[in-house]
Amino acid sequence: MAIAKKAFVWGLFAAGGTVTAFVFPVLIALFLIVALGNVPEGLQFENIHAFATNWLGKAALFIVISLSLWHAAHRLRVVFHDFGVRMDKAVANAVYLVALIGTVMTAFYLYQI
Amino acid sequence: MSRQPYIRPVSKTTWYMRNGRYRKYMLREVTCLLVGVYSFLTIWVLATLASGSPESWNALLASQQTPAMIGFHAFALIYFLIYQSFDWFKLAPKAMPVQLGEKKLPDRYIIIAHYVAWAVVSLFVFWLAGVI
Amino acid sequence: MSMRQMELEVLRYDPEQDEAPRFQNYSVPCVDDWAILDALNYVKENIDTTLAYRWSCHMMVCGSCGMMVNGEPSLTCKTFIRDLPDHVRIEPLENFPIERDLVVVLDDVMEKLRMAKPFIIRKDPPPEDQEFTQSRAALYKFKQYTMCVNCMCCYAACPQYALDSSFIGPAVLALAHRYNLDSRDQGKAERLNLLADHDGVWECSFVGACSEVCPKSVDPAAAVQQMKIDGAKEWWKQKLGGGKS
Repeated sequence: MAIAKKAFVWGLFAAGGTVTAFVFPVLIALFLIVALGNVPEGLQFENIHAFATNWLGKAALFIVISLSLWHAAHRLRVVFHDFGVRMDKAVANAVYLVALIGTVMTAFYLYQI
Repeated sequence: MSRQPYIRPVSKTTWYMRNGRYRKYMLREVTCLLVGVYSFLTIWVLATLASGSPESWNALLASQQTPAMIGFHAFALIYFLIYQSFDWFKLAPKAMPVQLGEKKLPDRYIIIAHYVAWAVVSLFVFWLAGVI
Repeated sequence: MSMRQMELEVLRYDPEQDEAPRFQNYSVPCVDDWAILDALNYVKENIDTTLAYRWSCHMMVCGSCGMMVNGEPSLTCKTFIRDLPDHVRIEPLENFPIERDLVVVLDDVMEKLRMAKPFIIRKDPPPEDQEFTQSRAALYKFKQYTMCVNCMCCYAACPQYALDSSFIGPAVLALAHRYNLDSRDQGKAERLNLLADHDGVWECSFVGACSEVCPKSVDPAAAVQQMKIDGAKEWWKQKLGGGKS
């Protein structure tokens, strides 16, 4: 008997959940503020581009997005189980694949900025 | 005496409708869909930044400025706050008990600390974004 | 003290005669400070001696009298009629097979209890000349998890156990955590290898119903979350340290 591999994904889920709980409300709020027509100074192209060029900005964006993706993926796997879908292995592979793709895309775009 | 234990069937697809506690749990769990959506929205934001052109950036900003998107963002914000953030803060003390001497630190201090940290992070990001 | 007429709707099941459970109604004159267990005892003594149910201490320490009272897993000796409406539905604990009437088959959890290795595990020998001392602070670290009376209300509340009874479950995990937190114990890794495996802590999705219904405020949900963190840490330790400890 040994500790299941689920320990690893759960760790990502827990870290991701903490990050999203603290950071996502303000992120969504920024989308809402832009949607309401009021684009603040920091979200003008030059400024946000500068933020994402800075390595600290890149690190913050990467950590927030990738952890959130893994959190959502693992939780979605549990949601499928809770809704009665019993193909856990298939569901797990699918959701983690999407999280992996998202993580790679994040790294790719951050590298390009 | 013959035994014939009776196993009561449980619906694998609708068990959560049985009581309020389970329904609230499901409402909490489906916030993962919002997390997924906003993660990919943010990736789209990065992709637009990576393209390097202010025009495509402004187009992205403009695409948010529809009544549908306002409604979606507003709904997402409120739903997320209630069913992810605030629930997460409420459950945090269970995962991180703090013992001071012989007494356990009451849960509410840990919860309040989370709210304070959340406020600080939010204000910081608002400041970075130039909202305040 | 005054009287109150309660209407009990009680699940009945006779394995030798019934294909499936049915409900039977009893009208019980209760004294207003009774627990629902007292009402059941009245039924057994005065109305229907065939009713089968478990109970013993009548003071919340034996864990025998767990049942569903209006859909909520409860210790019937701790559930008072003053907190209940006139009509009360009483069923055996959910998620367990029904043996007879309100008696459930608890074998599954009884088997699982030993998986918690509920005893002090030592690697080093105990101190030679002195007693093995433990400060009060060290005791209070795990004391709440010692309060479990094995009533299994938590298993009746847990939807993950309902969906898949191979899940080890709240009480057993809380029991293991009690020993993991004990300053005299050195068996955390050994327990985690067993309980952080498949069907262990990872099957819990933190619904939290177990802690809400626990009549002894053990808070098994907290124990499980803390074990998940311990399990994750131990996984990394084993990966980075190489091999099992």
